Amino acid sequence: MITNRRSEFKLDWLILPLLGAVFVLLLWQIASTMWSKDLPGPLRTWNASKPYLVKPFEKRGELDQGILRFAWYSLLLVAKGYAIALLIGTPIGFMLGLSKFFAKSFDPIVQILRPVSPLAWLPLGLVLFQKSQPAAVFTIAICAMWPTVLNTAVGVRSIPQDYLNVARVLKLSRSKTLFKVLIPATLPYMFTGFRLSLGIAWLVIVAAEMLTGSPGVGGFLWQEYNALIYEHIILCILTIGVIGFILDRLMSLVERRFKS
Amino acid sequence: MAFLELKAVSKGFGSNGSRSEVIEDINLEIERGEFVAIVGYSGAGKTTLISLIAGLIKPDAGTITLNGLEITDPGPDRGIVFQNYSLLPWLSVFENIYLAVDQVFCNWAPARKQQHTEKYIAMVNLTPARDKRPGELSGGMRQRVSVARALAMDPQILLLDEPLSALDAITRSTLQDEIGRIWEQDRKTVVLITNDVDEGIYLSDRIIPLSAGPGATLGPSIAIDMARPRDRRAVNHNPRFRQIRREIIDYLLGVGGKKRATVTRKLFLPDIEPEDLSVPRNTSSSRRRPIRRREIKKETVEINS
Ligand SMILES: Nc1ncnc2c1ncn2[C@@H]1O[C@H](COP(=O)(O)OP(=O)(O)O)[C@@H](O)[C@H]1O
Ligand SMILES: [Mg+2]
Repeated sequence: MITNRRSEFKLDWLILPLLGAVFVLLLWQIASTMWSKDLPGPLRTWNASKPYLVKPFEKRGELDQGILRFAWYSLLLVAKGYAIALLIGTPIGFMLGLSKFFAKSFDPIVQILRPVSPLAWLPLGLVLFQKSQPAAVFTIAICAMWPTVLNTAVGVRSIPQDYLNVARVLKLSRSKTLFKVLIPATLPYMFTGFRLSLGIAWLVIVAAEMLTGSPGVGGFLWQEYNALIYEHIILCILTIGVIGFILDRLMSLVERRFKS
Repeated sequence: MAFLELKAVSKGFGSNGSRSEVIEDINLEIERGEFVAIVGYSGAGKTTLISLIAGLIKPDAGTITLNGLEITDPGPDRGIVFQNYSLLPWLSVFENIYLAVDQVFCNWAPARKQQHTEKYIAMVNLTPARDKRPGELSGGMRQRVSVARALAMDPQILLLDEPLSALDAITRSTLQDEIGRIWEQDRKTVVLITNDVDEGIYLSDRIIPLSAGPGATLGPSIAIDMARPRDRRAVNHNPRFRQIRREIIDYLLGVGGKKRATVTRKLFLPDIEPEDLSVPRNTSSSRRRPIRRREIKKETVEINS
């Protein structure tokens, strides 16, 4: 019985995902041989990517660096934009959640700005900051902010009346109510927002780098496209996916800690 | 002038169309040091009444005064034990109580506040659970934290909103004894809201029935002239106890009963047949399908609890 469980466990964890991967690789191989001759197959991609994967941090030249080195540049930029998004988004979320007046005044604007694509913000960033890096940070910050804003607002609105009653009976000061009651009660929602924001920040960075040509995974991707080295496009796609996945997992670990 | 006075207090919820008066024309006088129990059906408006006294909501009509001063805001001079404990789940037992102590005795030295907090944790026998979060405690333990928090504020009056309703019978009687014991120590003014007539009589000096809502109002108050400390077993056989209980229940069934509302609602019976698990299912040919047409029945529910 126990061995049975364990083998089932292995099936879920190892065998089925492997099966899926093999299936996709096969499909990829077929597509590259039968359909598009320009699409490099798995083997060719692997051979062309090897130097970037084996020495992931090497710097051979400005445009020729290990893939994790590029990823690191992207992550640094994401970190800046993301930090700004949280620093601005969280207080806005609190205001939207706490004040009916504020919510009525600004909710429509939030709803209008929220669906705007990063591709639309970036030129504005370039106009405002003149340089590509701050423009990218600006774009990340403004696009990644919304999930944090909205989740925080929802979290604040759904604080049980009981907790607020405790604060009222004790006559807690405003700042004490904020730090002892409102923020702890909202934390689980805030972290859901933070996690979604991080996902968006990572989506935006690639687009921003492609448009500005700054060094990073996205920049590398675009440059290799122009250099007709299509294998590296696939390498970049997979790297972006894996890093995005790891970021999401890390955030959901943190999130779960605050939910229990 | 009485210590706590409610004069012609009314409170309702909702606006014009769907408005309902929850309590109407409540008059109540409580002297300092008195232990008063108010019993009523659930949904009668007991929490509404205690929230009014706590100042968490405002009356539509009438006045509430404590010590001659009108109650306008909630404040730590009225220690309240909420029906659902209302502990902050991210704080430990100690921190929950300390938050209150820190707030009320803000000019004490930290060591003294800490000592004060420990004292009340010990009073409700929770010292071993001092650093646990509410989520790790049983219902009875949470309730004791809530009581300790209210007592630690050293309020002028203690408001207990069905403090024991959510507990099992054994924990309940243990905690009743504990509340009785703690009250004997400093004889604070207490308003105990309960839906258990026996509990009200066992603990209080005076018991008042609240009729069923909407428009609930207080009935005649009955003094409980039985010596303290009371012995649970002896009390049960005391003829006076039985007589008081009968009076209260008669009132609640009589006046309260007349006002009891009934609601008629439609019932939709499920339109599938329960599966017969003893017969192997033929998965290929027969789908599960409704065997019986949907039936609609009517049910009349009496709202009395
Ligand atoms: N904030 C509120 N808004 C609308 N209706 C309320 C509110 N609080 C209580 N009520 C209504 O008042 C009635 C009495 O509620 P409550 O005081 O909680 O009863 P009890 O504590 O006796 O069980 C209920 O019918 C309830 O629906
Ligand atoms: Mg209630």
